[in-house]
Amino acid sequence: MTNTTTPDAAESRAPEDDSLQTRGRTRSRLTQNAQPRWQWLVVLAVSAVLGSALSALIGFNVAGWLIFTAVLHVVITYVITLTRVNRRRATDQLWRNLIFIAFLIALLPLVSVIWSVVSVGVPGLLAPGFLSSDMQGITGTVDEASQTEGTAVLGGIRHAIIGSLVITVAATVISVPIGLLTSIYLVEYARGGLLSRAITFFVDVMTGIPSIVAGLFAGAAMAWFLGTLNAVTGLFGSMSSTMGITAAVALSVLMIPVVVRTTEEMLRVVPNELREASFALGVRKWRTILKVVIPTAVSGIASGVTLAVARVIGETAPILVTAGYVVNTNWNLFQGWITALPVYIYRQFVNPTSPAFSEPSHQRAWAAALVLIIIVMLLNLIARIIAKVFAPKTSGR
Amino acid sequence: MATPDDTSTRTSTDPSTGAAPTRSTGRGGSTALSRSDSRGVFGDRLFAGLALAAGILILAILAFVVLFLTLNSGPAVVDDEDGLIIGQFVDYAWPLMIGTLIASAIALLLATPVAVGVALFISHYAPPRLSKPIGYVIDLLAAIPSVVYGAWGMSFLAPGLVPGYEWLHENLGFIPLFAGDPSQTGRTVLTAGIVLSVMVLPIITSVSREIFVQTPKLHEEAALALGATRWEMITMTVFPFARAGIISGIMLGLGRALGETMAVTLVLSPGLLTASLISSGNSTIPAEIALGYPEAPPGSERQAQLIAIGLVLFVITLLVNMVARWIVSRHKDFSGAN
Amino acid sequence: MSKRIDAKDLNVYYGDFLAVEGVSMTIDAQAVTAFIGPSGCGKTTFMRSLNRMHEVLPGARVTGQLMLDGDDIYDPAVDPVTVRTMVGMVFQRANPFPTMSIRENVLAGYKLNGARISRSEADDIVERALRGANLWKEVESRLDKPGSSLSGGQQQRLCIARTIAVKPDVILMDEPCSALDPISTLAVEDLIAELKQEYTVVIVTHNMQQAARVSDKTGFFNIAGTGKPGKLVEYDDTSTIFNNPREKATEDYVSGRFG
Repeated sequence: MTNTTTPDAAESRAPEDDSLQTRGRTRSRLTQNAQPRWQWLVVLAVSAVLGSALSALIGFNVAGWLIFTAVLHVVITYVITLTRVNRRRATDQLWRNLIFIAFLIALLPLVSVIWSVVSVGVPGLLAPGFLSSDMQGITGTVDEASQTEGTAVLGGIRHAIIGSLVITVAATVISVPIGLLTSIYLVEYARGGLLSRAITFFVDVMTGIPSIVAGLFAGAAMAWFLGTLNAVTGLFGSMSSTMGITAAVALSVLMIPVVVRTTEEMLRVVPNELREASFALGVRKWRTILKVVIPTAVSGIASGVTLAVARVIGETAPILVTAGYVVNTNWNLFQGWITALPVYIYRQFVNPTSPAFSEPSHQRAWAAALVLIIIVMLLNLIARIIAKVFAPKTSGR
Repeated sequence: MATPDDTSTRTSTDPSTGAAPTRSTGRGGSTALSRSDSRGVFGDRLFAGLALAAGILILAILAFVVLFLTLNSGPAVVDDEDGLIIGQFVDYAWPLMIGTLIASAIALLLATPVAVGVALFISHYAPPRLSKPIGYVIDLLAAIPSVVYGAWGMSFLAPGLVPGYEWLHENLGFIPLFAGDPSQTGRTVLTAGIVLSVMVLPIITSVSREIFVQTPKLHEEAALALGATRWEMITMTVFPFARAGIISGIMLGLGRALGETMAVTLVLSPGLLTASLISSGNSTIPAEIALGYPEAPPGSERQAQLIAIGLVLFVITLLVNMVARWIVSRHKDFSGAN
Repeated sequence: MSKRIDAKDLNVYYGDFLAVEGVSMTIDAQAVTAFIGPSGCGKTTFMRSLNRMHEVLPGARVTGQLMLDGDDIYDPAVDPVTVRTMVGMVFQRANPFPTMSIRENVLAGYKLNGARISRSEADDIVERALRGANLWKEVESRLDKPGSSLSGGQQQRLCIARTIAVKPDVILMDEPCSALDPISTLAVEDLIAELKQEYTVVIVTHNMQQAARVSDKTGFFNIAGTGKPGKLVEYDDTSTIFNNPREKATEDYVSGRFG
C-alpha cells in the first residue's frame, strides 16, 4: 500500500477522489441498476396525459381515462426498465405495479358502495320520523303525493330495526351457548377421537351452508315442529311457522359455526400452564374452565361473537323466507310476521309501496341501507375495540 | 371418583401389596383424602355432559338440515298422478344450476387475480405498519351486507356498465358470450358476476394472505440472498408454498358465490338460460328461491320444487367446501409448516 | 403441617408406554427432596404422579402404591382434586393468572373453588402467604396490580405464595428456577430452605449445584435409552449422592462425566 506522506501518493490519490465525487454519474458497479426515485411519478404523469388523450378519442369518461392511465403506466415502466436495466428487473417492476393496481381495484367497490349509499341515503335518513315511525298507514297514495306534489316522504324503519334487533338477539341467545359449549368440548374435553374430528369437520361444512338454505331448513323444521306439537297436545293449531323465532333459528344455523370456530381458536391460545396451575390448586375442571380459561379468552370470544352478530344482522335471504314482511312493529318472536331491516330494504326496492311512484320507497330503502351499514360497521369497530382493550395483559412473561 | 376406569387401573397392582388393604384404609373415612365433595363431582359431570351435548347437537342440526330438505322436496320429484317426475324437475333445475355456475365462474375469474394481488400487497409489498389497517379495510368489504351490494349493483353498477356492454356487443359481438341485444338496464348475469366478485374477493384475500404470511422466512431470505428480485422471490418461495392455500381460498369463495342470494336477486333480471352475458336472461338457484318462496303456498308442489333446488344448491356447496377443506388438510400433512 | 410420601413399586404409564418403572422411595416430611437426572428420565413424570397432575394428559395411569402419610393417593375412593389441594405444585415457568390481580392470584385457590371467605380472613391469607413466599414487602403497596406486572422471579414467588395459601402438606416444584436469573434464583432457593420448616418440599432440577445447595435428600433418575422407562437409580442423603454415590451412573452424572 502507498505511504500517504510521499508526494507521489498524494498525486495518485487525486483521481480516486474524483471518481468518488462522480460515482453517481459514472455508475459504479453497485449503483448501475439504480433508477431515480422520482421516475414512477414522471411516468405516471406522462401516462395520465396520454391516457386522457386516448380516452378522448373514444369519448372521454373518467373510467376510461383511469384504465388507460393505469395500462400506460404499467407498460411504460416496463419498457423503460427493460431498456435501461434488464429483463429481470423489468418483470419485477411489472408485477409490483400490477399488485398495486390490484389493491386500488379492490378499494374501488368499497369506496363506491359506501359513497353511493351515503350520498343517496342521507336525505332519507334525515326525513322526519324515519327512525321513529313504522310503515303503518303509508299507502301508495301517500307516496304518490310525495313524488308528485313534493310532500315529505313519510314512513320509517322503526319496526324493521326492532325486528332485526329481536331476531338477532334471539339468534345470539341460541348460538352462543351452543357454540361456546361445543368449542369447550373440542378444546377441553375431546381427546382427538372420532366424534371431535366429526364435529370439527361438520362445523366447517356448516360454515358453507348457503344462507337461503338455512332459511329453507328453519321454515321446514319449524313447520314440522309445530305440526308435531299440535298432533301431540292439540294446541298451537293456529300457529304459523312464519314468525321471528323461525328466522332466529335460521340465523343460528349460520352463526353457530362462526362462534365455534372463533371461540375454539381463542380457547386454544389460552396457555396450558394456566389450566395446570388451576388444577394444581385443587380446582375442578369445570371451575377451571369457567373461571380461568374463559376469562382469559373472553375478549377474543366477545369480539368473535360481535363479528358473528355483524355478519348475521345483514342477512336477508333466510329472514325473507322465514319471517315474512309487515308494516307494523312486532315485538313478539312467537306470533305473527316480523320485518327485519335487510328484508325491508329488499322489499322497498323490489315491491315499492306504490309501484308507479317508487321514488319514496327507494329513498327509504337507501336510508335503511345506510343505517344497516352504520350498524354493521359499528359492530365491527366494537369487535376490534373489545379485542384490543380487554385482552388480558400478558406482558412480562 | 369411584369410576370403573379407576378400578381397572388398579387391577394390575402388584399382588403382594394388594388393592384390598388400601381400599380399607380409604373406606375408614378417618382421612381427609377420602373426603369427596359430591357437588363438585356432579358439577364436573354436568359440565362435561353439556359440552358433549352441544357438540352432538351441531351434528344433529346438520343431519336435520339434510333430512328436512330431503323430506320436503319429495313432492318435487314424485307426483300423485304421474309418479316419478324427475325429468320434469331436471328440466326445471338444470338451467338454474348452469346459471348459478356461470355467475360464480365470472365472479371467480374476476376476483382471483385481484384478490391474490391484494393478498400479496398486504403480505409482501405494503409497509409493515400499514398492512394491518389495509387488512381491516379489505375485511370491511366482507362486512357490507349482501342486500346493500345488491342495491348498489342494481342502481349504480348496472347502469354504469351499459355503455361497456354496448361496446362489447359492437366490437366482440361475434363471440357468443357477447352476442344478443345488450341489456338497456345493465342487469345481466355479467353484472351479477361482477358484484359477486366483489363479495368473494375478501374471502380469497384473507385465506391467501394468511398462507402468504406463513411462508418460511428462511426460504424467502435464501432466495433473496441468491440475488432474486422480489417478484422472483415470490414465485420461487411464496407461490409454491401457498398454492394449496390459494386454491382452497378460491373454493371457499366459490362456495360463497354459489350460495349468495340477495345480490343476484336484486341485480339480475332473471330469464331463460342464454349464453349471452350482456343481455338479460339466466337466473341462479338462490335468486329463484328468494323470488319464488315468499309467493309459494305452504305445502304446495311449487314450494317443494324450491326446497328441492335448495337441496341441490346445498349439495353443490357442500362438495365445493369439502374439496377446499380436503386440499387444506392434505397440504397441512405434507408441507411441514406451522 | 407436612406429610411423608411413600411410593411402593410405582409405575407410570402414558397409554401403553411405560414412562417410569418401579419407583420405591420414602420422601420425608419437613425436608427438601431433590430429583435430578437427564432430560426425559421420568423425574417430572414421577413428580406429577405425586399429586395426580399427570392424569391431565390423556391415557395416563399409574400402578403400584403411593401413600400420603399412610393414605393411598390412588385409592378408587379418592378424588384427584382432593389430592391436589393437599399436594401443591409450582411450575417451571411462572404462570400467574393474567386476568387476576396479585391479591386475587394469591387467593385463587379459594376464589376458583367458590369458597366464601370474609374480607379480613382473605387479607390474612394474602399477607401470610406473601410473607411466606418472601414477597410481601415487594408487593404490599400494589396488591391490586395484575400479577403479570411483576418480574419473573417475583412472579415465581407469587406462584409459590398462591400454592402455600391453600395450606398444602406437600409442595412440588418442577424446575422452579430454570427460567430465572441468578439473583431471582437465589431468592427462590432461600425461600425453599424456609419452606421446609412447614412443608414437605419436592423439587425437580437440572442444576446439580442447586440440588446440592437446597436439598436434604436427592434421588437420581436415569433412563436406559430412548423409549425405555425411567428408573430411580439411587436415592440417598444429598451429601452421599454428591460425594460418595453407590452407583457408577450416579457418579458419572453428578461429576459431569455423563455419557
